[in-house]
Amino acid sequence: MADLLIELFSEEIPARMQKRAAEDLKSLVTNGLVDAGLTYASAGAFATPRRLALSIEGLLDASPTTVEERKGPRVDAPEKALEGFLRGAGVTKDELEIRDEKKGQVYFAKITKPGRPAAEIVAEVLEATVRNFPWPKSMRWGAGSLKWVRPLHSIVCLMTREDGAEVVPLDIDGITSGNTVWGHRFMSSGSFKVTSFDDYATKLKQNFVVLDGAERADHIWHDATNQAFAQGLEVVEDKGLLAEVAGLVEWPVVLMGEIGADFLDLPPEVLQTSMKEHQKFFSVRNPKTGRIEKFVTVANRETKDNGATILAGNQKVLSARLSDAKFFWENDVRTVERDGMEAMSAPLANVTFHNKLGSEAARIARIATLAEEIAPIVGADPAEAATAAKVAKADLSSEMVYEFPELQGIMGRYYSQKAGLPDVVADACRDHYSPLGPSDEVPSEPVSVAVAMADKLDKLTGFWAIDEKPTGSKDPFALRRAALGVIRLLITNDVRLHLDRFIDSQLLLHKIAEADENDGVIDTLKEILDEIAEHGVFGAAFDAISDKLSDAQKDAVNQAAGNVPDTSEDLLSFFHDRLKVFLKDEGIRHDVIDACLAMEGNDDITLLVKRARALQAMLDTEDGTNLIQGFKRANNILSQAEEKDGVEYSFGPDLKFAEVAEEKALFAALDAAEEAIKPAMKAEDFTAAMSAMAAMRPEVDAFFEAVQVNADNDIVRRNRLNLLGRIRDICLSVADLTRIES
Amino acid sequence: MSETVDKPRSFQEIILRLQAYWAGKGCAVLQPYDMEVGAGTFHPATTLRSLGSNSWAAAYVQPSRRPTDGRYGENPNRLQHYYQYQVLIKPSPPDLQDLYLGSLKAIGIDTELHDIRFVEDDWESPTLGAWGLGWEVWCDGMEVSQFTYFQQVGGHDCHPVSGELTYGLERLAMYVLGVDHVMDMPYNDPQAPIALSYGDVFKQTEEEYSRHNFDVANTEKLLSDFVNAEKECHAILSVEHMDPKTGKRIIMAHPAYDQCIKASHIFNLLDARGVISVTERQAYIGRVRALAKACADAFVLTEAGGWKAETESA
Repeated sequence: MADLLIELFSEEIPARMQKRAAEDLKSLVTNGLVDAGLTYASAGAFATPRRLALSIEGLLDASPTTVEERKGPRVDAPEKALEGFLRGAGVTKDELEIRDEKKGQVYFAKITKPGRPAAEIVAEVLEATVRNFPWPKSMRWGAGSLKWVRPLHSIVCLMTREDGAEVVPLDIDGITSGNTVWGHRFMSSGSFKVTSFDDYATKLKQNFVVLDGAERADHIWHDATNQAFAQGLEVVEDKGLLAEVAGLVEWPVVLMGEIGADFLDLPPEVLQTSMKEHQKFFSVRNPKTGRIEKFVTVANRETKDNGATILAGNQKVLSARLSDAKFFWENDVRTVERDGMEAMSAPLANVTFHNKLGSEAARIARIATLAEEIAPIVGADPAEAATAAKVAKADLSSEMVYEFPELQGIMGRYYSQKAGLPDVVADACRDHYSPLGPSDEVPSEPVSVAVAMADKLDKLTGFWAIDEKPTGSKDPFALRRAALGVIRLLITNDVRLHLDRFIDSQLLLHKIAEADENDGVIDTLKEILDEIAEHGVFGAAFDAISDKLSDAQKDAVNQAAGNVPDTSEDLLSFFHDRLKVFLKDEGIRHDVIDACLAMEGNDDITLLVKRARALQAMLDTEDGTNLIQGFKRANNILSQAEEKDGVEYSFGPDLKFAEVAEEKALFAALDAAEEAIKPAMKAEDFTAAMSAMAAMRPEVDAFFEAVQVNADNDIVRRNRLNLLGRIRDICLSVADLTRIES
Repeated sequence: MSETVDKPRSFQEIILRLQAYWAGKGCAVLQPYDMEVGAGTFHPATTLRSLGSNSWAAAYVQPSRRPTDGRYGENPNRLQHYYQYQVLIKPSPPDLQDLYLGSLKAIGIDTELHDIRFVEDDWESPTLGAWGLGWEVWCDGMEVSQFTYFQQVGGHDCHPVSGELTYGLERLAMYVLGVDHVMDMPYNDPQAPIALSYGDVFKQTEEEYSRHNFDVANTEKLLSDFVNAEKECHAILSVEHMDPKTGKRIIMAHPAYDQCIKASHIFNLLDARGVISVTERQAYIGRVRALAKACADAFVLTEAGGWKAETESA
């Protein structure tokens, strides 16, 4: 058994790549070793800004010898065949064995592959790993052609056994392996030799390198929170920043500094973003006031002045940065206080949202119209929703958001407050982008909900109108996320609305924007738009006014907007696809959703989800599963009979033709179920409806057990088929159970 | 706590020390290129010399112009005309990081007291069709240099790879000298009989050029100048390689590249004048890049670009 230490020492590796690189090093090397027959007990990988390291314990000293048996030609086969076999197997004729087989005597060869010493395999595997390392971006340097993330300087490849350590010889484009390690770039006194992984980690620490990234991160966090705590403050948690900072230093030294008094009144998000993005500082907050009062920076070295020079330098850079931020903030606030948010959003008229979808200003106007329409449905004041939509994106033209795009929305809220707008409007500025990801919080304030919905629906209908839909892995405008956002807004807030109607009207708005003024069709389209509010969809709205239109006008409408129904249907099915993905995570099967999609009103997402959840819950019960089987059986018998007889058995069975007790019992069960299901469906209480349906199960089962449907007596047979027809009707009134897969 | 390193006292002393340092490390100390450029990289000593197989080591100061950064000399850190110090060594030596750190010591930055960091920064110049990997170098949280290993220039893979160092001289000097406003920085020795600040030298020109660049530069003339430079560049490159007068093969990569530099600067001016829309912007950048690529294509056919007579006959 041996232990293996590998270190790849290079110039500074980008922080964001280190963790993954350590994992890749581990899996590439260990997989390579195992593939070659070298098993091991355990492995651990590490990264610092200047090195990747791998420690493998309990590695075999050599790969095992393997013996492979290979069947050759028959003894009476032509000489040529035998020659070929000998060549392929690498054996001589007298090494062959002859065995009797059914078809005659056959040659067999035993091919022995001797095991190879571990060092040989390690050298091969490591070289292949270095040459094919999956860096996100790699480069060449000097006159060579080797690629690495930054210039690679040295390789340690050392096998340690009880009797000592030995360097595994390796030469990759002139970089030879050894046992020499360099410490910290500035604090270490130079290089040193190592004999094992433990020796390596210990000597690294003596030379001011903490090898383990997690240990560096822990140290930073521990030290930072302690220093903050000592002053009654707290560090704002930021795991991403912590990981990044830990990847920028080999010897972390935490320093806490002051933010100049001039800057303390900036919004905390501005301080935080500026410090994080530009300087990679942590923010330190006063828990009593919520204000950001100090910062923490992490240096890569100790100094004899205990970091005083470093801290002073950092403070100075921060002041310059925050002076810029303060300048932006004051300019922006001056603009909105003097001239309102409209003044801030005015330049958006000249900003293109998309070259086929017009300016940001045009988009904002459409969103405002839609938000105003959605408002009453979600319980928002229409005027407030419209106002909020009009100002929600104003901050895109603020100086602060130009500098820090990630502050969009957040700044809008501050500026709206400064402009004297109501809090619900200001909050909508911040919240209307939400929800962004599948776990992002969903806004619940009605005005925010209205604007957030309108924002996403306008985006989706816009890109559908110009046929820029997501394909495969390409979704440059994040339309899947937008659709999921709409779905979550509806479900979380229990909003009931027919998407069709809003999709149609918004698509039509895009068509109006696109239409040629000279065609004189715009007024007609606007009339249809007004009618959609009344009639629900484009087609019905068009029919409602078509009497007044000349044939030429009708043609013009068809030309300009005739594809609205198809586009709308396509977008709705996109929503349904997103919904399936979303509900799958909830454990709702796709066929359950299909069964609900087939029902009326499937553009009401909230209703759809309620139905699907209830159906899934029913299917999760034993009664439910059995009932589905009963339903399927009834449906199969019916389909066959209906096909054979050429009639539909939906007349309603008559109790007086019922012959056996189980048959009569089913009548009663169906009556009871129907009585419960009808009001439950009316009240959209799907759970009640589904359990009433599932409650029929014993009688349905008993019926099939005891009764032969296709009785000899035709009247009895027809009555029974009609009875099955009732089962089918009742079940299908709840969901299209034919779609459920068994 | 006093630093152990001997500190420079003026802007020019920092430049002189860098010149002496890199000269001592074997670089040819060149003079600035005599044209308006946006950055030291545009100097043909970098752009063109990073191409081809010939070795190269050069260091120089390059006055650089970014018309959009004009602030009439009011802003403490922003200037439309500033200086970059540029070092280009091909092939990049294995100890380039150490050489660089040595240069910081030379200008008075004591690495025992300061925190020097190499922070990922991939460099890309869309106008030059160039990219490389490297870092921005931080000193106590401030970016003091760009450090790049060129991978591609003018659409050509760099073989061997050049190591490029770029120091933003004003910012670096302000830090070393402890000055808060660039105009207050001593330009020559503050003890000199006639001590001049950076403002004494440049405040006037910053004002003048800011006004000119933002409001006065004749955009119609600039637009036609751009087209003319573009045409001229292509015209120069399309001339027969064989010079009938001397009977020599003379490819005029440098004169053509001058026109590329010119077009690039005109584009920057037009940008500052605000007459280029977002969509047009990309198109203009693409046109400059096309020129840079054409010049690079030509340069690699010259002897300085690594071309050898026998390669063409083969």
